[in-house]
Amino acid sequence: MASVPAVLASEWTKIRTVSSTVWTLISAFVVTVAMGAALCALMNAQFDDLPVAQRVTFDPTLISFSGMVLGQLAMVVFGVLVVGTEYSSGMIRTSLAAVPQRGSFLFSKVAVAGVLALVVGIATSFVSFFLGQALLGEHRTDIGADNVLRAVVGGGVYMGLIGIFSMGVATMLRSSMLSLGILMPFFFLVSQILSAVPGAKKVARYFPDQAGSKIMQVVPDAMNSNPAPYGPWGGLGILVAWVAAALIGGYLVLKKRDA
Amino acid sequence: MIEAVGLTKRYGAKTAVSNLSFQVRPGTVTGFLGPNGSGKSTTMRMILGLDQPTSGHVTIGGHPFRSLPNAPRQVGALLDAKAVHGGRSARNHLLSLAQLAGIPAARVDEVLGVVGLQDVARKRSKGFSLGMGQRLGIAAALLGDPQVLLFDEPVNGLDPEGILWVRNLMKMLASEGRTVFVSSHLMSEMALTADHLIVIGRGQLLADMNVKEFISVNSADFARVRVADGLAERREKLTASLTEAGGRVMSEPDGALRVTGLPLPRISEVAHDSDVRLWELSPHQASLEEAYMRMTQSVVDYRSTADQKAGLQPPADHGYGQPGYGASQPPVLEAPQQNWYAPPPPGQNPPAAAPAAPSTTTADLTERDTSEDAR
Repeated sequence: MASVPAVLASEWTKIRTVSSTVWTLISAFVVTVAMGAALCALMNAQFDDLPVAQRVTFDPTLISFSGMVLGQLAMVVFGVLVVGTEYSSGMIRTSLAAVPQRGSFLFSKVAVAGVLALVVGIATSFVSFFLGQALLGEHRTDIGADNVLRAVVGGGVYMGLIGIFSMGVATMLRSSMLSLGILMPFFFLVSQILSAVPGAKKVARYFPDQAGSKIMQVVPDAMNSNPAPYGPWGGLGILVAWVAAALIGGYLVLKKRDA
Repeated sequence: MIEAVGLTKRYGAKTAVSNLSFQVRPGTVTGFLGPNGSGKSTTMRMILGLDQPTSGHVTIGGHPFRSLPNAPRQVGALLDAKAVHGGRSARNHLLSLAQLAGIPAARVDEVLGVVGLQDVARKRSKGFSLGMGQRLGIAAALLGDPQVLLFDEPVNGLDPEGILWVRNLMKMLASEGRTVFVSSHLMSEMALTADHLIVIGRGQLLADMNVKEFISVNSADFARVRVADGLAERREKLTASLTEAGGRVMSEPDGALRVTGLPLPRISEVAHDSDVRLWELSPHQASLEEAYMRMTQSVVDYRSTADQKAGLQPPADHGYGQPGYGASQPPVLEAPQQNWYAPPPPGQNPPAAAPAAPSTTTADLTERDTSEDAR
């Protein structure tokens, strides 16, 4: 039996030797930081024009994470490609012939890629936060303020979990194109639109991104957003449940189906 | 030692491998032969635990592959030369595989040298030719210095030098006491490389024997006979006499006769007795390729038909002046076209028009039907 440290070392070699890893992670970082900074600068300039309800619930921490709406898509691409290229290239057969224990194979891969996604996610959220606060001028908050550190670390964890969720989905679907074709519109359009439709709101708030992003709010119902029946940790819990479901689904598919 | 017992794999209604039992012994090169789609790769994948057999089982050294301790050190496999992430360099690809089995990185450079890829080791495998891909795949199989090696079509895309190298490599690996299982659809290649043959067709075992045995069983001796001036009447006369004498006679396309069941001197006597002069009387041995073709004839899934090039040939001018239809008219049509717009229902064809292909559609069908019958 191939030992777990050996599989981890091998997966680390695989992940660091393809350029898609570098590009998707850099995009996730740059897009999130840049867009967050731009929105913080905009908010600072137009704070007095905001509706009263938004001014009352203004959440400087959350505003500095606005870039994650786009940045998470790069994380999705990273997660999908890590798994999907094994299938599209046929490498999966070489890999599974070398590691017949499919559970060790999948969870080592997810562990390596997941830790990488978490590290990049946390770096992204800290840089986004500090840059955003610098641009918010007098409306800024401080890392030492109540719940702010939780939100900043949570933002990083959120990005990492979205990446891991994508890996699970790609393992279930066994195809990069199919996974991206489903996940990208889902995170970018479906989830955003449904969360604005009155009837669908109640369902949409249990979607992985809607629930998970609650961890980044310091002010409850920040920016006059929809109140949710769960708190920040509850929201993160819902995201974790989605991730677990995707990984278990992926594991079962990998275990049952012919490679 | 690889042992398959009653191995069966079904994909829905299609049976890819059916009740296959065989043993692959150490110390010999075992060739695994079969036409395209006969189940060779499926069998290989089942040996490697990638596909789950519908029934039956296959073991390597007594263990199912999935429960082998440190599989890469015991079994090396080349399944698909292109099963590599194109963005990764050859060396990194092998390194990731080596780390799985705790093989030191120095061994990676070693096998890269063995397969002759040391100069492109740091290039992305995306740009590799098929032959280079095969070499990379062989390197991956050799990595763990395993006792059991499986190669699926290893000579595909290799140049003659590469083919010779693979042939010698297989023999060398077997002479070191390893189990070497090589699939191919080329009998001629296997005749040179393998010691033992397992032949399958449509997923079923056709032969499992020593190469020498296979040759003696399957390659019948025959005599080629050519009559003087190649005259048809003399040929028929000789055919009748030879058949009477107990031989079996087949005619070859160029007018020669292929005679089996009679020794050469007897053929000469018969020809003399029936007063037919001969220009050729020569002993021949059917090649292994022919024996293999004969064996698999009935189980070939994908057979080519003659390319009719319908609709591709320049339109002929028929003078009918039917605008819009002239272009699709095949040039062979000469018969009256009373059924031009719709293919006639079967049986309602005027007898005069039938042999001359009444319409495009039926002409095509007729031709295809005949070729089906010819099987």
